[in-house]
Amino acid sequence: MKIDVNAVSKTFGTFRALDNINLNIKSGELISLLGPSGSGKTSLLRIIAGLEWPDSGDIRFDGEDALSLTVKERDVGFVFQHYALFRHLTVADNIAFGLRVRPRKVRKPEFAIRQKVEELLNLVQIASLADRYPSQLSGGQRQRVALARALAIEPRVLLLDEPFGALDAKVRKDLRRWLRGLHNELHVTSILVTHDQEEALEVSDRVVVMGHGKIEQVGTPSDVYDSPASAFVHDFIGESVALPITVENGVARVGERKLSINADGISGAARLFVRPHDIEIAQPGLSAIEGQVLAVRRFGPIHRVDISVPVDGGRTTIEASVPAGQEPKIGETLGLIPERYRVFAA
Amino acid sequence: MGHVMTSVSATILEAEFAAQASVIPRPVRTEPAPVRWALITIALSFLSLFIVLPLISVFQQAFSRGWEVYVAALVEPDAWHAIQLTLTASAISLVLNVAFGLVAAWSIAKFEFRGKGFLLTLIDLPFSVSPVVVGLVFVLLFGAQGFFGYWFIDNGYKIIFALPGIVLATVFVTFPFVARELIPLMQEQGTAEEEAAITLGASGWQTFLKVTLPNIKWALLYGVLLCNARAMGEFGAVSVVSGHIRGETNTMPLHVEILYNEYQFAAAFAVASLLALLALVTLILKSILEYRLAEDHKR
Repeated sequence: MKIDVNAVSKTFGTFRALDNINLNIKSGELISLLGPSGSGKTSLLRIIAGLEWPDSGDIRFDGEDALSLTVKERDVGFVFQHYALFRHLTVADNIAFGLRVRPRKVRKPEFAIRQKVEELLNLVQIASLADRYPSQLSGGQRQRVALARALAIEPRVLLLDEPFGALDAKVRKDLRRWLRGLHNELHVTSILVTHDQEEALEVSDRVVVMGHGKIEQVGTPSDVYDSPASAFVHDFIGESVALPITVENGVARVGERKLSINADGISGAARLFVRPHDIEIAQPGLSAIEGQVLAVRRFGPIHRVDISVPVDGGRTTIEASVPAGQEPKIGETLGLIPERYRVFAA
Repeated sequence: MGHVMTSVSATILEAEFAAQASVIPRPVRTEPAPVRWALITIALSFLSLFIVLPLISVFQQAFSRGWEVYVAALVEPDAWHAIQLTLTASAISLVLNVAFGLVAAWSIAKFEFRGKGFLLTLIDLPFSVSPVVVGLVFVLLFGAQGFFGYWFIDNGYKIIFALPGIVLATVFVTFPFVARELIPLMQEQGTAEEEAAITLGASGWQTFLKVTLPNIKWALLYGVLLCNARAMGEFGAVSVVSGHIRGETNTMPLHVEILYNEYQFAAAFAVASLLALLALVTLILKSILEYRLAEDHKR
């Protein structure tokens, strides 16, 4: 199902949770809403589900006005961060819940419901847990039950609110890969809310980066990583080094020194963003950016080097990555050449 | 759920620590034995003096003139009427208070609105007001000279010195019990399960019956139990509004007082023993429910 979000705004008291959001979600894609807490991603998800109402704007499911539909009529499968399993029901009864509450006329006969539950238990690979209660399951198993329960009603869209947020790192990695595999099988339009960029970049077809109630960028995982559209996105996704610079008549300067970078279309105070692994270490004098090594730390195959660089009105510390074996000494002066960079107005 | 698990793991840690720290495992106690025994003795004697002894004496007095006098005191028409009236009044107030308690707990636990704190304070009001004052207030409102009294009397309804007045007073005195039991539990459980039910297509009523009610059933029963015990035993408020009309508006506690004032001790204690019995049954059921609640909490 195709979902269109048009000019949706929502405030809680004085807090602007969503500010004129426009988003088109394609049928069958897995799209992530990625942002720090308070960015409005969960509010947007809950508005799409019908658990909350926007102050203005509209939501369309395949062109049909969704705001005139109740939660019940929207046919959404919702997976909650803390599972929200019915604690007094077994796993099988939890999964069957959505099928059993249907009006008698459209309800499947009991044997068909049992059969469907069994299929779903197999699909989410927890067939042996059918008679357990939620309290007897691990977090990962609970989330599988929650997913099976949401899928049981054959929803038109699957909404996942930080589904792996309460799990430990290893489990969440396994589970999100498994979810991606499942999506490839089922092709149900899915919206995943997460604050974990690794998760968003790994599983989604497209990523929506949100900050302060606004959409900062929509694109494929490579788009948002390689070509961040704003300073916020560059800062939020992946590791970033930000250096304050000034641009006058197309000439960029860091501190007193001229910088040979392309800063088209920007004038005045700006920030130079570089990924730590895109900074090349050079002999001093060859580069406009020079600094003193403050600290060297080992991270697996690379060294992280903290370098203190003079800028306008003081010094700033930036972090560069250096392959093991080529690490500089503390106190040494180094030249730094940004190989790939982006400049955003400050 | 979280804090239960933490305390369990903490206990395990302590146990391991204790095992490592000393070669001979020894239970950790701070007070010397005499102090411990003295404290336990004081607590037990206090309990026997103020609770067990009076309870025994109630039954002893009730049967002091034999089984026949005991039964006769209970089947005597005025006593029998008092028992029926008590059962009726508490049954009605129970139904009203369960409905009110559920609505109040639901709105406080699941919605955000202005005046929530005020509503919470109001629910506790009956705990802090003397029941006699409550009775007087109802007399002022619904009595012959009362605020609403004229209208009701003109239209042929008798509130004060009749069953409705007794029910009103009982409801007022007992309405915190159900709400108070439910609010913390419902607050802790939050709205996630209800939201899940709704997204799965359940109607509001189905959500209540299949999700909310099963989650609160033991706490609800617990509240009902306490509410019932208090309703049957209520004296002060009911005493003011009932008018003590024998065979008409006397409840069991009022009947006990009348018999006692008339020096019919065996009869008075016979009726009183029924109330004491109620207290004992309540106590047993309460322990069972507390056990179930704790079991539920472990989930």
